[in-house]
Amino acid sequence: MATSMTAPRPNTRLYDFYREMRRVRTFEERVGELFVRGQSAGSMLHLSIGEESAAVGVGAAMQAGDTFTTHHRGHGIFLARGAEPDRMMAEIAGKESGYCGGKGGSMHIADMSLGHLGANAIVGGGIPAVVGAGLSARNLGTGTVSVAFFGDGATGQGILYESLNMAALWQLPCLFVCINNQYGMGTRIDRATANPNLHERAAAFGLSARTVDGLSVEDVADAAEEMIADARAGRPGFLAIDCYRFFGHARKDKSPYRADGEEAAGRQKDPVSAARTKLIVSGLASVEALDALDKEIDAEMDGAIDFAVAGTEPPMAAMFRDVYAPGEPEPEPVSARLSRVLARD
Amino acid sequence: MATIETTYRDALRLALTEAMREDDSVILIGEEVGVYGGAYGVTKAMIEEFGAHRVIDTPISEPAIVGAAVGAAMTGLRPVAELMYVDFVGMTMDQLANQAAKIRYMFGGQIGVPMVLRTQGGTGRSAGAQHSQSLEGYVMHTPGLRLAMPATVADAYHLLRQAMRQPDPVVFIEHKGLYTMKGEVDPDAPPAEWGRAAVLREGADLVIVSYSRQVHYALAAAERLASEGVEAAVVDLRTLNPLDFDTIRPMVEAAGRAMVVSEGVMTSGVAAELAARITEECFDFLEDPVLRVAGEDIPISVSPLLETNSVPTPDLIVDTVRKIGLGAAA
Repeated sequence: MATSMTAPRPNTRLYDFYREMRRVRTFEERVGELFVRGQSAGSMLHLSIGEESAAVGVGAAMQAGDTFTTHHRGHGIFLARGAEPDRMMAEIAGKESGYCGGKGGSMHIADMSLGHLGANAIVGGGIPAVVGAGLSARNLGTGTVSVAFFGDGATGQGILYESLNMAALWQLPCLFVCINNQYGMGTRIDRATANPNLHERAAAFGLSARTVDGLSVEDVADAAEEMIADARAGRPGFLAIDCYRFFGHARKDKSPYRADGEEAAGRQKDPVSAARTKLIVSGLASVEALDALDKEIDAEMDGAIDFAVAGTEPPMAAMFRDVYAPGEPEPEPVSARLSRVLARD
Repeated sequence: MATIETTYRDALRLALTEAMREDDSVILIGEEVGVYGGAYGVTKAMIEEFGAHRVIDTPISEPAIVGAAVGAAMTGLRPVAELMYVDFVGMTMDQLANQAAKIRYMFGGQIGVPMVLRTQGGTGRSAGAQHSQSLEGYVMHTPGLRLAMPATVADAYHLLRQAMRQPDPVVFIEHKGLYTMKGEVDPDAPPAEWGRAAVLREGADLVIVSYSRQVHYALAAAERLASEGVEAAVVDLRTLNPLDFDTIRPMVEAAGRAMVVSEGVMTSGVAAELAARITEECFDFLEDPVLRVAGEDIPISVSPLLETNSVPTPDLIVDTVRKIGLGAAA
């Protein structure tokens, strides 16, 4: 990125948080352009706009070597943990230059070098993996923490409670982060549970548990830093982050199930603009400096779209690869099998 | 170590114990694997040697047992998870089929899931409809999962050792009716190649393809058929994924007749797949339809009479051969 010549770059934590949240938001806003540009792959797109403080606040509290899994709405988390927007966008578009060679896409993106053990399209499906990662950390003495990111929808899945119980029982270095955007697809949390105080459930298993308001990324980061330090010391935790999903469940969902005015009110809970306002009001950054930063980020994400569009689909030969380990025979294609068995000597 | 006589159960324990002595990253995780020693005693006293951090007793949470094994396998451990009964596999199916099986592929080959899921199935203990099933078909139906089903004491040891060295997830299904079976194993002898079927009996008239306990029923039936002048070959598949068709094909082509024997239910089961493949690949050589002898399409009863007859028996195998005009009725 080019350095702005017009304004000094503030050197504060909140500025860094703002920058990362703004990157997440812009990335998510750009994702839809893949369709506009004729890139039809990635029909399953779930945007995290409105939830940036969870990704950035917790992501900033994690350390190199720490691992994590995410739900299907995890673009922001991966970006906050160091993902390259180019390769992310390419993966979402199903291109060979993507993180998973175009086979995973938005809901199955992963990168072992950054500790991303995988996004998941099964609600709650990625949660128990952090228990296993916690066992590895304990037995191998790595000192790492593993963080499960999931939505409020996952609180309806039994696997969450099995995982919470094991983590607490074995005092594993795990943190469970529930990004409560108030909706499991089209069902608001108060239509899905009689007790929406989600952290109380984790407390019942013996984890340290709390809820923070996602409007303030600093509050999220403070809570996450403390809880990750605790987890590293063998005191696993559960952090619920209250936020609001600005848009529908997925690309084509216009949220008809939301009452008039609800979205407008919900979008007032905007961690990105809250951080921006605070930076300006407190004199930590000038409007000009932030505008310049925003432009840089716009250019970065435009570049990611260009990179994705320019990419090629994986070759057909990749289709049968990686079902099993390298060196193992690949599954025989149907057409090849039929040609073989129908050949008459 | 020279050849020893032992049981299927003790051979399994020996395989686990040796692997854990050799490699600190191997862990056992499951219900009652530690203090209790395993519901069928396979892991008896192992917690005393290896401690509770490596022989991990869990709450009754099958999905998270498998899910934790997936995560552990991705981060440096070599987990051997135990599912007390294969009947519980439905509880774990998301972690097994959507996670373990697909992670290497979905993530573009970045990482594999080198875990073993040990479990046991089959009839023989009047354990009822939810503790007696043969659900290997569920596993075989899922690309990405390896599937091993040992029939012999030697394979209880060697196949399990090999399973623990695989780079991909292996579901290892023992048979509850075989734990006390005695046999010989030489732990130091080079094992049969992983993924290779074993020809346990040669025979020119018919090839019986089977696995797990039904291999013994097929051998017993072949003995009786021999007294009736029918020479039946018996093949023990050992692993269903990989499936060794290279061993089966020339044998069936030579004999012209094939039977598949499986304890799993008939419809859409392992026997159906095997029969379809044999028919496809050996069509020009077959003198009769491929004979499919499999579990009835019913739940398993507690009644020993009904239970025994819900799955193939040596009698049924022999009778089926007679129906195509071979043996006593010919």
